[in-house]
Amino acid sequence: MAKFSKKKSGELPAISTASLPDIVFMLLFFFMVSTTMRDSNILVEQRLPKADQVEKLENKNLVMYIYAGPPSTRYQRQFGTAGRIQLNDKFAKVSEIRPFIIQERESKNPGYRDKLVTALKIDRETNMSIVSDIKDELRKAKAYRVNYTVNVGSPLD
Amino acid sequence: MARKVPEINAGSMADISFLLLIFFLVTTTIESDKGITRRLPPIDESQEEVTTTIKERNILTVIINSSGDLLVNDEPMSIERLRETTTDFIDNGAGTGEDDCSYCRGKKDPKSSDNPQKALVSIQFDRQTKYEKYMAVQNEIMAAYNELRDRVSQGLYGEDFTQMNEDYTNSTDDKVKERLQDRIKKIRELYPLNISEAKPEEI
Repeated sequence: MAKFSKKKSGELPAISTASLPDIVFMLLFFFMVSTTMRDSNILVEQRLPKADQVEKLENKNLVMYIYAGPPSTRYQRQFGTAGRIQLNDKFAKVSEIRPFIIQERESKNPGYRDKLVTALKIDRETNMSIVSDIKDELRKAKAYRVNYTVNVGSPLD
Repeated sequence: MARKVPEINAGSMADISFLLLIFFLVTTTIESDKGITRRLPPIDESQEEVTTTIKERNILTVIINSSGDLLVNDEPMSIERLRETTTDFIDNGAGTGEDDCSYCRGKKDPKSSDNPQKALVSIQFDRQTKYEKYMAVQNEIMAAYNELRDRVSQGLYGEDFTQMNEDYTNSTDDKVKERLQDRIKKIRELYPLNISEAKPEEI
């Protein structure tokens, strides 16, 4: 006589999902930590060009951002499709760059003022005329250190 | 006897956290903070005409027209060949006497540059040139310099220049920073980044 009776049927035991919340929470924390909330709302297209000879920006607090490119689709009816410059939260004229730089510089700790970097986030379809105008203004404002922000990748393909 | 507290059903916990997860997934934009760093030249405030003449053989002129085609020293060129051409030009080392370049390994072509200190890359672009094309050229020229700097750095310190530069940015140790700073400075002197940008004109 068999001592051990066979189980009734091949029914699979339910897989415990008790650890599922833990896994999901882990993912959640990863995304919460790696997210950087933008402080300004981007009004222009930001398809950055590609380059692979890149350097990382040293200190994020010492970076001033200048955006340029054609207005995003939802602003195109109002502002057209020609390239525009964006400072802080609004479109700006070339002549507004200098006051912007001076204001940004004033807001930083005096010891770090000469270490400020201007990050140029410019859409790849922008004409060089705008880029050249921005650079001229930066030179006039004595903000010589610039960083052309790009997506990492080879520009040749 | 204490009343037994009924257990709270934690089954919906996963749903809640999934919801939060999806929210963050959708709103996350991992911002790019990498780019090509440059120093703009100061504006010349003196009205005097500066008459430092640079010999033509020491200049590599890269012209980008409005449709993104390249003209390098009056010859049409594809972007793929620009890196090699620039490397050859900077590293040529045709100079003799005090212009001699002991660490250059170029062809010593008398029609090309004397030494890396004298070699100048001049970029000219049209006002209608697309930023993408301009950045591609900048990137290739930068790549040429990085290649040469890495090579000379390997010879002197057994380490890549680009690696040292990255370590310098990431390091928080002052001693390490100081040591790297001297090396980086030395290599920058051997292969200085001489890039000039002319004001755009209609080409």
